[in-house]
Amino acid sequence: MSFVRKGYEGVAVTVPVTVPYERYSTKSAHWFIGQALKSLVEQSGLAKDQIDGLTVSSFSLVPDTAVGVTQHLGVSPRWLDHIPTGGASGVMSLRRAARAVQAGDADVVACIAADTNHVDSFRATLGAFSNFARDASYPYGSGGPNSIFAFITANYMRQYGAKREDFGRIAVDQRSNALRNPHAMFKKPLTLDEYMAARPISDPIHLFDCVMPCAGAEGFLVMREERARDLGLPHVLVRGAIERHNAYADDPVMVRGGWLVDRDELYAQASAKPADVSFVQTYDDYPVIVMLQFEDLGFCAKGEGPAFVQAHRMTHDGSFPNNTSGGQLSAGQAGAAGGFLGMTEAIRQLTGAAGDRAVPDATLGLVTGFGMVTYDRCLCTGAVLLGSSS
Amino acid sequence: MTMPLMRPKRKNPVLRTRQMNLPPGARGRVALNLTAAAAEGRFELQVCQDCAAVQYPPREACHRCLSARLQWRAQSGEGTLLGITTLHHSNDPFFRERLPWRLGLVQLDAGPSLIVHLHGEVGDAPTPVRVGARLDRAGQAVLIGFPKQGTEHMADDKMLREMSCDPKFRKVLVTDGKTAVGQAIVQALVKAGADIVWVGHAEPWKKLPGFDDLARLPQVTMVPLDLSNARSVTELAGEIGGKVDIVINNAEVHRAHGIASRRGTDVAKAEMDINYFGLLRLAQEFGPALKGRSADGEIGATAWVNLLSVYALSNYPSHGTFSASKAAAHSLAQCLRAEMRPAGIRVVNVFPGPIDDEWNQNLPPPKVAPATLASAIVKALRDGIEDVYPGDVAQEWLERWRENPKVLERELAAGGG
Repeated sequence: MSFVRKGYEGVAVTVPVTVPYERYSTKSAHWFIGQALKSLVEQSGLAKDQIDGLTVSSFSLVPDTAVGVTQHLGVSPRWLDHIPTGGASGVMSLRRAARAVQAGDADVVACIAADTNHVDSFRATLGAFSNFARDASYPYGSGGPNSIFAFITANYMRQYGAKREDFGRIAVDQRSNALRNPHAMFKKPLTLDEYMAARPISDPIHLFDCVMPCAGAEGFLVMREERARDLGLPHVLVRGAIERHNAYADDPVMVRGGWLVDRDELYAQASAKPADVSFVQTYDDYPVIVMLQFEDLGFCAKGEGPAFVQAHRMTHDGSFPNNTSGGQLSAGQAGAAGGFLGMTEAIRQLTGAAGDRAVPDATLGLVTGFGMVTYDRCLCTGAVLLGSSS
Repeated sequence: MTMPLMRPKRKNPVLRTRQMNLPPGARGRVALNLTAAAAEGRFELQVCQDCAAVQYPPREACHRCLSARLQWRAQSGEGTLLGITTLHHSNDPFFRERLPWRLGLVQLDAGPSLIVHLHGEVGDAPTPVRVGARLDRAGQAVLIGFPKQGTEHMADDKMLREMSCDPKFRKVLVTDGKTAVGQAIVQALVKAGADIVWVGHAEPWKKLPGFDDLARLPQVTMVPLDLSNARSVTELAGEIGGKVDIVINNAEVHRAHGIASRRGTDVAKAEMDINYFGLLRLAQEFGPALKGRSADGEIGATAWVNLLSVYALSNYPSHGTFSASKAAAHSLAQCLRAEMRPAGIRVVNVFPGPIDDEWNQNLPPPKVAPATLASAIVKALRDGIEDVYPGDVAQEWLERWRENPKVLERELAAGGG
């Protein structure tokens, strides 16, 4: 008999905070982490000392880690984790924090992702991102992830007949969502014609397929459900969560992600099926990855992504709401905070805090993570199903 | 099909000479083994000695069976191109100055997927390609996707020219035109399309065979150059130093002696004066000018070639003082390589076995013919090779030296060749 993993019953996620994004900042990652924690304290009504667990995700925090943050911010948690997995850090932080509060190792865990963005820090990060990047990808044109995802996009287009217009639909609908998100960096509408006419960056990747690096922070609290109720905090419940690393390593080029390995278990944990999901917050470093997730998470079959996006409107009020905050493509990518963007947005959507971009009658949201291009693909995949508490 | 490179226009002297920005040159210690093989013109990847899995990127443990027994082994490079991208944006100044730039994702038949620089003749994916390893301008190995069947002018590919030091349309100084080797090098350079070849001669009053034939070539200009004379080197550098794209230092003094077979140090000093100090004088005068012009358009300064000897690796007692001078030159050439690297000038060291000339008269064959040596040098410049061991003797010595330098020393001491 195989051992069945425990569910995530009784775990609440609450107090989504965003430290407003800036294109460039002269401040350090510590500043953004500090402001995120300050917001978490203020909006939860908890004293700083009552937050006894902390996860930190950041690239630009180096050489510090979560440990240094405790002294910098004067906190003394009894449970600490440093989760430097970029786009997957939101899902991974939530999973770890959830287990900590279930086990009683911590009462309230603050999960924070923050990065600054100096004028030259993006370039500096790319060249030293990983040993494999230093040895085997950065010396090849130094395009960063653009060139890697260009291969993945080109291969997907060839194999499944996707057109640039199909990816454009994803970007255009996300921009439409962003216009209703006060935190989004992009404030102007985007048409499909403008998407198509954008300058090439790394064929077939064009300008609006790329995220804009910026500075900022995202955070949320994880605690037991009754604690959230006692505090009177609007919260969501964790219905299921998965992660997988370095999946399908033998695929010569990425056409599917680790979500596919574990998705049945994800839906089984929540006793739900894809059709029950009210909205998705997909990790959107590039539109092709959004399309892969639609397939790998069971909304359509492999290769049907193009037809799927043609059949749906992906705006907050559309038939398949996706990235209702605008996603990273339109809200901006604040480093590791990009991995938290879907999480804070999903909490807002399910607690009635999404303003005029609210998905009507949302009860179940899917949030995904995808992180760390160490060489030719992202290695970390994860997904969480969040349910409204009512 | 690659369009043949046209003779570049003369440079507008008013324009600023561009400075060299090197491509990213950081590599981990393990990955430097890729460079070590590429420096000799080979494409090697780590192969697991326990499960035979081929690894890439370079790593410390087998990705399949976790064995630490990974050995660098030559690869055919056969594979399939799975995707192409053309970069229109780069975060690195070297590439930014050279956009657009094509890259490919290749799955080797041997297994791993590789990101490669793509030759212009490689068409749309999926298509068969052959991957090779070349040194880039930073002196580090990079992988290149070549067409399975190249066409006549494939060496003129823009990306490849950025990697190689092709003498075509370049201006070359050959430091000694009086030897058979020097004359063969000049002939080979002219055949390879060199624009100008300046040929040094230390003793202009001596009429040597072959010299007049050389002087009649329209590309060739004879110039007085005596490497034992600092003033002579300085004067020539003042005259042509700002124009030379490739320096080939083939001047050498070679006498067959050990320690006891000749009294005094005069001959040994003469050998050191040309073979070691000559290189030093030349490098001090021509090095800075070369470095200043390494990004000067399509035909900027690009390489420095040293004619060393395989005896530089281990002393050959019957040519003992010559071996010592070449060992000294080799050491200095490593210093030169380090100093030229920031400018992207490649230092090519050539380690021939005995050359078929008068000073190796008593040695039995096989000996390297001057023409063979010359074509090995041109090939090294074209293919971006940094260490060249031409001829069967050099190859065999190299293998023995790599296997165990102490064993080779004992064999040579006992009279073995």
